Amino acid sequence: MKSNTDTATGFSSLRNPDEAGFYGPFGGAFVPEMLYPNVEELRSKYLEIIGSESFRREFLNLLHDYAGRPTPLYFAKRLSEKYNTHVYLKREDLCHTGAHKINNTIGQILLARHLGKHRIIAETGAGQHGVATATVCALMGMECVVYMGALDIRRQAPNVARMRMLGATVVPATSGNQTLKDATNEAIRDWICNPTDTHYIIGSVVGPHPYPDLVARLQSVISEEMRRQLAEKTGRETPTAILACVGGGSNAAGAFYHFIEEQGVKLYGAEAAGHGIHTGETAATIALGKAGILHGSLSMLMQTSDGQVVEPYSISAGLDYPGVGPMHAALVHFGRATYLPVSDEQALKSAHQLARLEGIIPALESAHALALLEELSFGKSDEVVVCLSGRGDKDMGAYGGS
Amino acid sequence: MNNLKKLFNQKNSGLLAVYFTAGYPEIDGTADTIVQLAKAGADIVEVGMPFSDPLADGPTIQQSSKKALEQGMSIGRLFGQLAGIRARTQVPLVLMGYLNPVLQFGLQRFCKQCREVGVDGLILPDMPLQWHEHNCKSLFEEYDLGSIFLVTPQTSGERIRQLDEASNGFLYAVSTSSTTGGNRGFGPEQQAYFQRLANMNLKNPVLAGFGISTHEDFSTVCRHLNGGVVGSAFIRSQEQGIAAREFIGNLRLPDVPNLSD
Ligand SMILES: Cc1ncc(COP(=O)(O)O)c(C=O)c1O
Repeated sequence: MKSNTDTATGFSSLRNPDEAGFYGPFGGAFVPEMLYPNVEELRSKYLEIIGSESFRREFLNLLHDYAGRPTPLYFAKRLSEKYNTHVYLKREDLCHTGAHKINNTIGQILLARHLGKHRIIAETGAGQHGVATATVCALMGMECVVYMGALDIRRQAPNVARMRMLGATVVPATSGNQTLKDATNEAIRDWICNPTDTHYIIGSVVGPHPYPDLVARLQSVISEEMRRQLAEKTGRETPTAILACVGGGSNAAGAFYHFIEEQGVKLYGAEAAGHGIHTGETAATIALGKAGILHGSLSMLMQTSDGQVVEPYSISAGLDYPGVGPMHAALVHFGRATYLPVSDEQALKSAHQLARLEGIIPALESAHALALLEELSFGKSDEVVVCLSGRGDKDMGAYGGS
Repeated sequence: MNNLKKLFNQKNSGLLAVYFTAGYPEIDGTADTIVQLAKAGADIVEVGMPFSDPLADGPTIQQSSKKALEQGMSIGRLFGQLAGIRARTQVPLVLMGYLNPVLQFGLQRFCKQCREVGVDGLILPDMPLQWHEHNCKSLFEEYDLGSIFLVTPQTSGERIRQLDEASNGFLYAVSTSSTTGGNRGFGPEQQAYFQRLANMNLKNPVLAGFGISTHEDFSTVCRHLNGGVVGSAFIRSQEQGIAAREFIGNLRLPDVPNLSD
């Protein structure tokens, strides 16, 4: 493998980790031996497989014909007027199944097939990753088991029904706060118990190496398209800023990916503040966390002084997670990106605003990214891209239809 | 010399290690449980440091960990509980737990306190081999703490050798591909795996663990390897109020070879 170490700075590139999976001080593969053979198999093969001509061809074909890519880069005129700048929306909400998650699951199901696996497991928070996984499993005729927190099963009911219709088995996770972290624990336990025939499709840039890099590469199609579309629309490939929400950080990683090395492009992540970062009911990992290990990687983590993981809270099931991908921890560490907390209330307000101004109902997760338009200020001629990671059909309960 | 090494110099078969979760069922019962297990004939006691997200553990240890944490268990408190333990028993003591709480406590501080209270070895299952080389090996040596690594039925021969090389105490053979507490009996496949390990002439004694709950399980393991580790089954017996002596007596019915004391 080619080394990513930048000789000028001495640390590995922020876009891709080093061979052991480290982005600067963060990352790695902190897994018990039971998971080692699977993780190692993936590590030793993923670059070769996803870089191969046949994989690329099939992946791009499915993204195009099945997922509906490229997704539009939409100039949001009325939103731009409101904020007195140029706002573009990267319309991941228009992907098949309603969110960016399908980019990753298409790539990983092809990878699973290359590895000869025929049983797929996944964790899900909002249910978008679960639906995207169930979808590709149906497409490939593979068995699919999705772990989902019992609370999330209640608050994202439409997605549970979709997964079941697609033929997936949805297993409730009943430990902890019964949300994404707990679903991830259960998925990992399943993988420990099924080490030979099963591939674990992780839904974000979290988990042990190589998952963060694998998922970031598969999601990087978002920024690849953005560059091309910006050039067509504005004459320049690079915007002033990119805004994305961060749960584990996969849509943000995909939206940042091809701009990370362009220091002129400002990168902003929105993390879920829940009721507020000082209320004890929050999922603002970067604001509140310290370096720690969860789900196989060393990253920022919301934890007690004893190193126990703090149960998170957010109205948005997809952002309700006490950790964050190691790439984002490194982007903060090296000062390359900025992450700001956005409360439930701010997200709800931004969701309603987008519906009224642009006729687009965003996912609650994506609404956190939109809320950054309120927090930050941009100049009249700036070009700001918001990654609209998903659509809000699943969130009508929270939006109240009012 | 470290008590683990002393033990292995004296005895190399029928070894019984018993795991329980520190701070469970009673938060301050840790030291008494160790003493009871030692008196009842456990060769090694593994003290589990509870973690909020024990992803290699099944329901029994998940529950005991959760309860222990709710009762206020922490690594700091554990060292307090272990402070006088060496006046009460010389049974080899191994601490087992996930890496994060140890890192937050501070690796060096952790090792130092382990030595002060008389801990002999460490099992940190999510600590990568390479990371151990760079960050732990010399510290563990400095404080005379044995590193104990896990192998599984899926571990390649080459990697078993590496893990054996890095281990210093014993090698922990995870019996089946499962989280802790599962399994019902060991079939021919597992026995072949145990025998494969036995035939490798490894540097360390090998103890099998995960899913040993009956006398039959334990004697099967002891037929092939140096001994076994019992965890979830002991915790379930604690919950049922069964005394350590009775529990261990039932595991070690007469046909287990080479019983000590
Ligand atoms: C629409 C949408 N956006 C964002 C997320 C958060 O995930 P990530 O941070 O990996 O993009 C989710 C997760 O469920 C989601 O459904």
